[in-house]
Amino acid sequence: MDRGQFTRLDEYAWRVEPFGAMRVPVIIYASERLIDDMDQKVFEQATNVATLPGIVKASYAMPDAHWGYGFPIGGVAAFDPLEDGVVSAGGVGFDISCGVRTLTTGLTRDDILPVQRQLADMLYYSVPAGVGSTGAIHLNNKEMDAMLSGGARWAVEQGYGHNEDLQRIEEQGCMSGAVPAEVSEHAKKRQRAEMGTLGSGNHYLEVQQVTDIYAPQAAQVFGLKTGDVLVSIHCGSRGLGHQIGTEFLKKMALAASEHGITLPDRELACAPINSAVGQSYLGAMRAGINCALANRQIITHLTRHAFSELLPHADLRLLYDVSHNTCKLEEHEVDGRKRRLFVHRKGATRAYGPGHPEVPDAYRAVGQPVLVGGTMGTASYILVGAAGSESLSFGSACHGAGRAMSRHQATRQWRGRELVDQLAERGILIRSPSTRGVAEEAPGAYKDVTAVIEATAAAGLAGKVARLEPLIVVKG
Amino acid sequence: MNSATQHIVARWEHFPHQADMGIRGVGVTLAEAYAMAARALTAIVTDPDTVLPRYEIPIEVHEVDDELLFVDFLNALIYEMATRNMLFTRVDVAINQHRVRAIAHGENVDVARHQPAVEVKGATYTELHVGQCEDGHWIAQCVVDV
Repeated sequence: MDRGQFTRLDEYAWRVEPFGAMRVPVIIYASERLIDDMDQKVFEQATNVATLPGIVKASYAMPDAHWGYGFPIGGVAAFDPLEDGVVSAGGVGFDISCGVRTLTTGLTRDDILPVQRQLADMLYYSVPAGVGSTGAIHLNNKEMDAMLSGGARWAVEQGYGHNEDLQRIEEQGCMSGAVPAEVSEHAKKRQRAEMGTLGSGNHYLEVQQVTDIYAPQAAQVFGLKTGDVLVSIHCGSRGLGHQIGTEFLKKMALAASEHGITLPDRELACAPINSAVGQSYLGAMRAGINCALANRQIITHLTRHAFSELLPHADLRLLYDVSHNTCKLEEHEVDGRKRRLFVHRKGATRAYGPGHPEVPDAYRAVGQPVLVGGTMGTASYILVGAAGSESLSFGSACHGAGRAMSRHQATRQWRGRELVDQLAERGILIRSPSTRGVAEEAPGAYKDVTAVIEATAAAGLAGKVARLEPLIVVKG
Repeated sequence: MNSATQHIVARWEHFPHQADMGIRGVGVTLAEAYAMAARALTAIVTDPDTVLPRYEIPIEVHEVDDELLFVDFLNALIYEMATRNMLFTRVDVAINQHRVRAIAHGENVDVARHQPAVEVKGATYTELHVGQCEDGHWIAQCVVDV
């Protein structure tokens, strides 16, 4: 993007003054280089979001922002129901509550290396991944509704995990306000065989080692040391969420004119929060959040089982679980006044700072863990929510590296088999049913995750705690 | 059919989108453009030529215009792919007054043979365009979320 379009607020904050139908400014957090490399579509999409009714303060984009559909990926926007604010299916995305959870293992790299190959195979066979994979759990109608109401709490009640896990999940593992009756039969049917499956594309299960600690105090609170082995799981609400997104995108696009909303892009489909469609979507979308939380909980259970077969002394404890495609009702102070706002994060992670009541007791003194996924050949990071993030971005930070290249370009540049071999030489074992899928997810197809992390930290959105490198990657 | 359209060869292609993928069908008729786009949809997952036409799945959708109809058509295919665990090598399409009647020909996913790269989550309104070009050929395109 051309820097000339922005007013530079400081080294890492760029502002677009309102023009045309924009109700608020756009603020993008990024370094000069990240701004230069961002697609102009990010500018267009962020300014389009700024035109939506009831938007509060600004339309934000995180340092990993890239071209999405409707909202940019990496977009954050809050809407006030008392000012005709809207909820947007496009602002949440198809993969409702896609997110990352990270577990500590009580193991070090030296424990893993002798069984690295067997563990990779065991995880690959234990956790269904890829197109057409199905889970062992098939829910009847009653069980499906219970899962959609209960989320990870339901999963724990079914024996998939421990009560302690729930304390380390946003919303304590259960999103309130879910209405399973608002989820269509089509969406439920699409989920029937997909509980406990990883999916495909950029979703993964990784065994990682901690290579660097940047903030010893926060790392100690999170239970992290250099050389520790962690497990991270990145996936979402599977077919159910995709179908909810598909159906409500259309419903909202068609209903927009009835609500007097002019959409600059049909993909920005939205409805007033206090409308029948808006409320219907919130009920269904919250059920989708619970589906994602239950799914990650079941995958955690499968992962624990796989570890216990090979490494009986492993102790897999949940560090935290964050969702990065959501709309949540949150209280934020705006111009000295507390307001209850519907905060959309589309490819953005909640990043509450120290003392926030939503942060688990064990972490409250330092802030919320912010889990940022990298690529299979680079690094992931654990950050901690910064005290100032609430005023900067409604308590939000980046969610990943962000793609720099389309899948199409990636497959022309890399061969999956060669990538697998090259990564194996570096000690990273890849397990995937599709070599083309691996090529599409080539590390080089993503932005430099470290540059994204540096910009996130320098902008004051979240602080660096630890850097992780993969040892095993299961890809769908 | 005018003299220009006689030389058009029906085809499909992918066009770039940073996070996802654009699909485009080109044909002499609107129905042919839809059918080609359906093949582009399969090509996101696997080479359509590796998929055998073992089963026939009927698809019927109706909408107020040909663009919304196109997205609905793709989403109906995506739904059948997901719930039947299938891939389609070819889709025969008939369109009349914004109503699609189609037969999708395909088989169940065979991971070893199809090497499926990525699943498709849904068709979007991004870069959505359905229309006839000056030389008479039809285009149907949009970005799909993967």
